[in-house]
Amino acid sequence: MINWMRAFFEAKSENESLARMMAAGFFSALNPTISEITDVKTAVSEAVTNAIIHGYEGKGGSVELYCAYDTQKLYVEVADQGIGIGDIPKAMEPLYTSKPEMERSGMGFTIMETFMDSVRVESQPEKGTRIYMEKQLSRE
Amino acid sequence: MEVSYEKKENILIVKIIGEIDHHSSNILRAQTDAQLDNINGKHLLFCFQQVTFMDSAGIGVILGRYKRVQSLGGRIAIACAGERVLEILRISALTKIIPSFSSKEDALRYLEGGKLK
Repeated sequence: MINWMRAFFEAKSENESLARMMAAGFFSALNPTISEITDVKTAVSEAVTNAIIHGYEGKGGSVELYCAYDTQKLYVEVADQGIGIGDIPKAMEPLYTSKPEMERSGMGFTIMETFMDSVRVESQPEKGTRIYMEKQLSRE
Repeated sequence: MEVSYEKKENILIVKIIGEIDHHSSNILRAQTDAQLDNINGKHLLFCFQQVTFMDSAGIGVILGRYKRVQSLGGRIAIACAGERVLEILRISALTKIIPSFSSKEDALRYLEGGKLK
Protein backbone atom coordinates (compact mmCIF):
# COMPACT_ATOMS: atom_id res chain seq x y z
CA MET A 1 0.00 0.00 0.00
CA ILE A 2 1.15 3.51 -0.78
CA ASN A 3 -1.00 5.08 1.89
CA TRP A 4 -3.63 4.07 4.44
CA MET A 5 -5.75 5.34 7.31
CA ARG A 6 -7.76 3.72 10.05
CA ALA A 7 -10.41 5.45 12.13
CA PHE A 8 -12.71 4.32 14.91
CA PHE A 9 -15.90 6.13 15.81
CA GLU A 10 -19.06 5.64 17.82
CA ALA A 11 -21.91 3.86 16.01
CA LYS A 12 -24.14 6.91 15.88
CA SER A 13 -26.05 7.98 12.79
CA GLU A 14 -24.51 11.46 13.02
CA ASN A 15 -21.18 9.83 12.14
CA GLU A 16 -22.38 8.52 8.77
CA SER A 17 -21.52 11.84 7.12
CA LEU A 18 -18.22 11.93 9.03
CA ALA A 19 -17.28 8.53 7.58
CA ARG A 20 -18.13 9.69 4.04
CA MET A 21 -16.06 12.83 4.48
CA MET A 22 -13.07 10.95 5.89
CA ALA A 23 -13.06 8.52 2.95
CA ALA A 24 -13.55 11.31 0.38
CA GLY A 25 -10.84 13.42 1.99
CA PHE A 26 -8.35 10.55 2.17
CA PHE A 27 -8.86 9.44 -1.45
CA SER A 28 -8.79 13.00 -2.82
CA ALA A 29 -4.98 12.65 -2.95
CA LEU A 30 -5.52 10.30 -5.91
CA ASN A 31 -7.39 12.96 -7.94
CA PRO A 32 -10.45 10.80 -8.53
CA THR A 33 -13.31 12.08 -10.67
CA ILE A 34 -16.35 13.50 -8.87
CA SER A 35 -18.29 10.44 -9.99
CA GLU A 36 -15.67 8.07 -8.53
CA ILE A 37 -15.56 9.88 -5.21
CA THR A 38 -19.37 9.84 -5.02
CA ASP A 39 -19.31 6.10 -5.71
CA VAL A 40 -16.98 5.58 -2.75
CA LYS A 41 -18.95 7.92 -0.47
CA THR A 42 -22.19 6.08 -1.29
CA ALA A 43 -20.65 2.65 -0.61
CA VAL A 44 -19.06 3.83 2.67
CA SER A 45 -22.38 5.33 3.74
CA GLU A 46 -24.21 2.05 3.13
CA ALA A 47 -21.60 -0.05 4.94
CA VAL A 48 -21.39 2.27 7.96
CA THR A 49 -25.19 2.49 8.18
CA ASN A 50 -25.34 -1.32 8.18
CA ALA A 51 -22.88 -1.44 11.09
CA ILE A 52 -24.89 1.09 13.09
CA ILE A 53 -28.39 -0.27 12.43
CA HIS A 54 -27.79 -3.99 11.96
CA GLY A 55 -24.45 -4.72 13.61
CA TYR A 56 -25.17 -2.80 16.79
CA GLU A 57 -28.97 -2.54 16.35
CA GLY A 58 -28.81 1.14 17.23
CA LYS A 59 -27.32 0.41 20.68
CA GLY A 60 -23.92 1.89 19.88
CA GLY A 61 -20.42 0.43 19.70
CA SER A 62 -17.23 1.03 17.78
CA VAL A 63 -17.19 1.23 13.98
CA GLU A 64 -13.89 0.92 12.13
CA LEU A 65 -13.20 2.55 8.78
CA TYR A 66 -10.02 1.55 6.96
CA CYS A 67 -9.07 3.20 3.66
CA ALA A 68 -5.98 2.48 1.57
CA TYR A 69 -4.63 2.72 -1.94
CA ASP A 70 -1.82 1.43 -4.08
CA THR A 71 -1.00 2.43 -7.64
CA GLN A 72 -3.83 0.35 -9.05
CA LYS A 73 -6.75 0.47 -6.68
CA LEU A 74 -8.42 1.90 -3.66
CA TYR A 75 -9.53 -0.27 -0.77
CA VAL A 76 -12.19 0.30 1.89
CA GLU A 77 -13.04 -1.82 4.91
CA VAL A 78 -15.87 -1.17 7.34
CA ALA A 79 -16.05 -3.33 10.45
CA ASP A 80 -18.10 -3.70 13.62
CA GLN A 81 -18.08 -6.07 16.61
CA GLY A 82 -21.85 -6.38 16.61
CA ILE A 83 -24.29 -9.24 16.26
CA GLY A 84 -22.99 -10.43 12.88
CA ILE A 85 -24.91 -11.72 9.88
CA GLY A 86 -26.24 -15.29 10.03
CA ASP A 87 -27.00 -15.70 6.34
CA ILE A 88 -24.71 -13.51 4.22
CA PRO A 89 -26.11 -14.46 0.75
CA LYS A 90 -29.62 -13.65 2.00
CA ALA A 91 -28.50 -10.32 3.48
CA MET A 92 -26.96 -9.41 0.12
CA GLU A 93 -30.11 -10.14 -1.91
CA PRO A 94 -31.66 -7.02 -3.43
CA LEU A 95 -34.71 -5.81 -1.47
CA TYR A 96 -34.06 -8.13 1.48
CA THR A 97 -34.08 -6.34 4.81
CA SER A 98 -34.26 -7.63 8.36
CA LYS A 99 -35.67 -4.25 9.39
CA PRO A 100 -38.70 -3.46 7.16
CA GLU A 101 -40.35 -1.65 10.10
CA MET A 102 -37.55 0.93 9.88
CA GLU A 103 -38.36 1.49 6.19
CA ARG A 104 -35.01 0.07 5.19
CA SER A 105 -35.07 -0.59 1.46
CA GLY A 106 -32.85 -3.67 1.44
CA MET A 107 -30.71 -2.08 -1.28
CA GLY A 108 -27.55 -1.40 0.72
CA PHE A 109 -25.39 -4.28 -0.55
CA THR A 110 -26.77 -3.90 -4.09
CA ILE A 111 -25.68 -0.26 -4.07
CA MET A 112 -22.23 -1.15 -2.70
CA GLU A 113 -21.86 -3.76 -5.47
CA THR A 114 -23.05 -1.28 -8.12
CA PHE A 115 -20.61 1.46 -7.21
CA MET A 116 -17.56 -0.59 -6.22
CA ASP A 117 -15.72 -3.22 -8.29
CA SER A 118 -15.83 -5.86 -5.59
CA VAL A 119 -17.59 -6.35 -2.26
CA ARG A 120 -16.79 -9.18 0.12
CA VAL A 121 -18.39 -9.79 3.51
CA GLU A 122 -16.94 -11.71 6.44
CA SER A 123 -19.20 -12.17 9.42
CA GLN A 124 -19.58 -14.32 12.47
CA PRO A 125 -22.67 -14.31 14.68
CA GLU A 126 -21.99 -12.43 17.95
CA LYS A 127 -18.46 -11.56 16.76
CA GLY A 128 -19.10 -8.93 14.13
CA THR A 129 -18.91 -8.11 10.45
CA ARG A 130 -16.21 -6.79 8.14
CA ILE A 131 -16.99 -5.56 4.63
CA TYR A 132 -14.12 -5.39 2.11
CA MET A 133 -14.50 -3.24 -0.98
CA GLU A 134 -12.18 -2.42 -3.86
CA LYS A 135 -12.35 0.01 -6.71
CA GLN A 136 -10.10 0.66 -9.66
CA LEU A 137 -9.75 4.30 -10.64
CA SER A 138 -9.84 5.39 -14.24
CA ARG A 139 -6.44 6.77 -15.08
CA GLU A 140 -5.00 8.41 -18.14
CA MET B 1 -29.92 18.59 5.47
CA GLU B 2 -32.59 21.25 5.45
CA VAL B 3 -36.20 20.69 4.47
CA SER B 4 -38.83 23.26 3.62
CA TYR B 5 -42.51 22.66 2.98
CA GLU B 6 -44.96 24.49 0.79
CA LYS B 7 -48.60 23.73 0.13
CA LYS B 8 -50.18 24.27 -3.24
CA GLU B 9 -53.88 23.35 -3.10
CA ASN B 10 -53.86 19.71 -2.00
CA ILE B 11 -50.21 19.11 -2.90
CA LEU B 12 -47.44 19.11 -0.30
CA ILE B 13 -44.15 20.22 -1.87
CA VAL B 14 -41.09 18.97 0.00
CA LYS B 15 -37.87 20.78 -0.88
CA ILE B 16 -34.71 19.13 0.38
CA ILE B 17 -31.31 20.79 0.54
CA GLY B 18 -28.22 18.76 1.35
CA GLU B 19 -27.55 15.09 2.05
CA ILE B 20 -30.08 12.29 2.53
CA ASP B 21 -28.63 9.40 4.53
CA HIS B 22 -29.95 7.19 7.34
CA HIS B 23 -29.44 9.98 9.87
CA SER B 24 -31.17 12.77 7.95
CA SER B 25 -33.83 10.44 6.52
CA ASN B 26 -35.26 9.94 10.02
CA ILE B 27 -35.79 13.71 10.26
CA LEU B 28 -37.18 13.93 6.74
CA ARG B 29 -39.63 11.09 7.44
CA ALA B 30 -40.93 12.50 10.72
CA GLN B 31 -41.29 16.07 9.44
CA THR B 32 -42.97 15.05 6.18
CA ASP B 33 -45.48 12.82 7.95
CA ALA B 34 -46.27 15.61 10.42
CA GLN B 35 -46.79 18.05 7.54
CA LEU B 36 -49.07 15.62 5.71
CA ASP B 37 -51.14 15.28 8.90
CA ASN B 38 -51.28 19.01 9.61
CA ILE B 39 -52.12 20.41 6.23
CA ASN B 40 -54.27 17.51 5.13
CA GLY B 41 -52.29 17.21 1.90
CA LYS B 42 -53.27 14.57 -0.59
CA HIS B 43 -50.44 14.55 -3.11
CA LEU B 44 -46.72 14.77 -2.48
CA LEU B 45 -43.92 16.28 -4.52
CA PHE B 46 -40.28 15.69 -3.62
CA CYS B 47 -38.11 18.45 -5.03
CA PHE B 48 -34.54 17.10 -5.28
CA GLN B 49 -32.78 19.88 -7.13
CA GLN B 50 -30.49 20.73 -4.21
CA VAL B 51 -29.88 17.22 -2.93
CA THR B 52 -26.11 16.76 -2.93
CA PHE B 53 -26.01 13.13 -1.78
CA MET B 54 -28.47 10.26 -1.35
CA ASP B 55 -27.99 6.64 -0.38
CA SER B 56 -30.50 3.81 0.06
CA ALA B 57 -32.02 5.50 3.12
CA GLY B 58 -33.64 7.92 0.67
CA ILE B 59 -35.28 5.02 -1.15
CA GLY B 60 -36.85 3.88 2.11
CA VAL B 61 -38.29 7.31 2.86
CA ILE B 62 -39.70 7.82 -0.64
CA LEU B 63 -41.20 4.33 -0.73
CA GLY B 64 -42.73 4.75 2.72
CA ARG B 65 -44.37 8.09 1.74
CA TYR B 66 -45.54 6.51 -1.54
CA LYS B 67 -47.38 3.79 0.38
CA ARG B 68 -48.90 6.31 2.74
CA VAL B 69 -50.06 8.79 0.07
CA GLN B 70 -51.31 6.03 -2.21
CA SER B 71 -53.40 4.44 0.54
CA LEU B 72 -55.26 7.77 0.81
CA GLY B 73 -55.84 8.01 -2.92
CA GLY B 74 -53.04 10.51 -3.56
CA ARG B 75 -50.16 10.59 -5.98
CA ILE B 76 -46.47 11.19 -5.54
CA ALA B 77 -43.85 12.61 -7.88
CA ILE B 78 -40.17 13.52 -7.94
CA ALA B 79 -38.82 16.69 -9.53
CA CYS B 80 -35.37 17.89 -10.59
CA ALA B 81 -33.37 14.91 -9.36
CA GLY B 82 -29.71 14.98 -10.41
CA GLU B 83 -28.09 12.17 -12.37
CA ARG B 84 -26.73 10.50 -9.23
CA VAL B 85 -30.03 10.49 -7.37
CA LEU B 86 -31.77 9.18 -10.51
CA GLU B 87 -29.26 6.35 -10.66
CA ILE B 88 -30.08 5.32 -7.09
CA LEU B 89 -33.81 5.51 -7.91
CA ARG B 90 -33.29 3.38 -11.03
CA ILE B 91 -31.24 0.70 -9.25
CA SER B 92 -34.07 0.25 -6.77
CA ALA B 93 -36.71 0.32 -9.58
CA LEU B 94 -38.43 3.24 -7.86
CA THR B 95 -38.65 5.05 -11.21
CA LYS B 96 -41.08 2.33 -12.32
CA ILE B 97 -43.70 3.29 -9.75
CA ILE B 98 -42.95 6.96 -9.08
CA PRO B 99 -42.76 9.39 -12.02
CA SER B 100 -39.76 11.70 -12.12
CA PHE B 101 -39.80 15.08 -13.91
CA SER B 102 -37.04 17.43 -14.93
CA SER B 103 -39.06 20.46 -13.81
CA LYS B 104 -41.23 21.26 -10.84
CA GLU B 105 -43.94 22.63 -13.15
CA ASP B 106 -44.25 19.36 -15.06
CA ALA B 107 -44.43 17.43 -11.81
CA LEU B 108 -47.15 19.74 -10.46
CA ARG B 109 -49.12 19.39 -13.69
CA TYR B 110 -48.99 15.62 -13.30
CA LEU B 111 -50.12 15.77 -9.67
CA GLU B 112 -52.94 18.21 -10.46
CA GLY B 113 -54.16 16.47 -13.59
CA GLY B 114 -53.14 12.92 -12.88
CA LYS B 115 -51.65 12.47 -16.35
CA LEU B 116 -48.10 11.66 -17.35
CA LYS B 117 -47.13 14.63 -19.56
